[in-house]
Amino acid sequence: MNFRHAKTVLLGALGLCFLVSLVANRINPYWLYIFYDIGISIVMAVSLNLINGYTGQFSLGHAGFMAVGAYTAAVITNQFGDLSFFAANGVFAVALLAGGLAAAVAGLLVGIPTLRLRGDYLAIVTLGFGEIIRVLLQNMDQVGAARGLSVNHGWTNLFWTFGLAAVTVYVVATLVNSTYGRGFVAVHDDEVAAEAIGINTTKYKVTAFVVGAFFAGIAGGLYAHSKQFLTPGGFGFMQSITFVVMVILGGMGNTVGVILAAILLTLLPEGLRMLSGIEHLPGLAAERPLGWIGNTRMILYALLLIGLMLARPQGLFRLKRPSR
Amino acid sequence: MTEFLQQLINGLALGSILALIALGYTMVYGILRFINFAHGDVFMLGAFAGFYLAPKIARLLPLPSIAGALVVMVVSMAVCAALGVLIERFAYRPLRKRPKLTVLITAIGVSLFLEYTGQFVFGAAPKKFPELLPTFSVTHIGNLSFNSNQIVVIAVTLILLLALRFIVLKTRIGTAMRAVSFNPEAAALMGVNTDVIISFTFALGSALAAAAGILWAINYPSIDPLMGILPGLKAFVAAVLGGIGNLPGAALGGVIIGVTETLVSGYISSTYRDAIAFAVLILILLVKPSGLLGKKEIEKV
Repeated sequence: MNFRHAKTVLLGALGLCFLVSLVANRINPYWLYIFYDIGISIVMAVSLNLINGYTGQFSLGHAGFMAVGAYTAAVITNQFGDLSFFAANGVFAVALLAGGLAAAVAGLLVGIPTLRLRGDYLAIVTLGFGEIIRVLLQNMDQVGAARGLSVNHGWTNLFWTFGLAAVTVYVVATLVNSTYGRGFVAVHDDEVAAEAIGINTTKYKVTAFVVGAFFAGIAGGLYAHSKQFLTPGGFGFMQSITFVVMVILGGMGNTVGVILAAILLTLLPEGLRMLSGIEHLPGLAAERPLGWIGNTRMILYALLLIGLMLARPQGLFRLKRPSR
Repeated sequence: MTEFLQQLINGLALGSILALIALGYTMVYGILRFINFAHGDVFMLGAFAGFYLAPKIARLLPLPSIAGALVVMVVSMAVCAALGVLIERFAYRPLRKRPKLTVLITAIGVSLFLEYTGQFVFGAAPKKFPELLPTFSVTHIGNLSFNSNQIVVIAVTLILLLALRFIVLKTRIGTAMRAVSFNPEAAALMGVNTDVIISFTFALGSALAAAAGILWAINYPSIDPLMGILPGLKAFVAAVLGGIGNLPGAALGGVIIGVTETLVSGYISSTYRDAIAFAVLILILLVKPSGLLGKKEIEKV
């Protein structure tokens, strides 16, 4: 990728998102919501890739940051009634930003133990933070506790989802490819050696967590205003695993691959659902010959994951690494 | 005071089960240096093995009875030991030389596979575990009233821990296990067949998980294919808490987590119980990053 034109590409992408969102009301709502899911997955996977892929830390609690952002943004927008177009989008922008900032603070809290822990210990602590956030939300009556929280406004649209996905990709890509950002890759490649040549590894690790968490919080805000209903159970350990799988499948530290993996893994369950719903297949007499896929969908997913790790552990889309 | 002792016994029973699961995590970690995420699901399969075996064994031996319960437990342990060996052989062995992260993701894949296959084969709805032991409550000691099952859980755990200690410290294969965990290459050069030792470790850990599954089901007789997730996570937390790779540490960690969780849900709030294990873990790791009994690893450059 050529990063000199990154800003132009970003502006182009934002313009395109705006134009597409103008014709969004002609898109089948079912597909529209799948598009939102794809955009949100891209934000989540690309931001997690900064922590897990580029910096080489292993975070298993990304859904926890998403939950913080989702609940923060939802609580803010729920204070408002019906607003005009501009006011609504203004409030939405502020709410998303607040969600991102709240998640960034949570990221800072998780980042602090990373000063002392590495590898599996870090993985289990991030997992623990994710679970603690979930249990705390389950006990907060102000946000509906385990009953869940309704979000009054469905303000998420194509412009916001894909515009913010573009911003996330831009920030992560330019950050990692800047002079400053080589430090992330240095921490990933060899922490001791990086420290020996004077890189402040602690600062890089915490920065990765804070920036990653910030975008996860924004994705959470988008999620809240797309689904319009939040439950703490929706942000559990399994959600975090889904995003980790996207990063691994895309090839750790490969932004383009991770985007493709996020799209693929969001579409895959829908695709399998559709396959199992086909009434007749030419050549096969049985009614709904692929109906079994519906029941075994998640088993197929697990087998796919194991098979992939055995056959292509570097990820599906691992391109040649740029020479450094 | 009575209530406190009561809670303590509840906590010890829960902690014993967590300790049994934690031992499997810590043994595998000690030898292969990776987290076997599927271990919690082996625990679940142990309970289901007992569920399906109990009616078969009831035809030969009367159930509930001590002999019958023992047979169900031993056969379930054997089934899960074989399963653990199979999982290692087909999912983890081909990845032995690959980065740890790859193996970790495979382990998550195996875990999901066992859970969803479980839902498909056993059905997702909770099942009632058959009564294996005659249950009676012991109320003789002061005002304390506890269940005979809790005593059984604690006693069986103690026996299994002693047996494990004997295997690891006194037998040839245990010596080989310790050698492989200390340095696999050097052990291989001394004529230790590392593949056999690793398979044996998985068998041993899975058998303990199966025993934990049966004990859990005796105490909380509702089982479902996802029952292994939370106890698995908490047992793993217990293993890390005690210093992963350290056997007494895993047992200690299990008891600490079990007792803390029970005391907190008894005295403060039961809705926070699932977060307790993790909060304790984070607090202890902040002070002692290698766990309570873990040795600090010196990093070689």
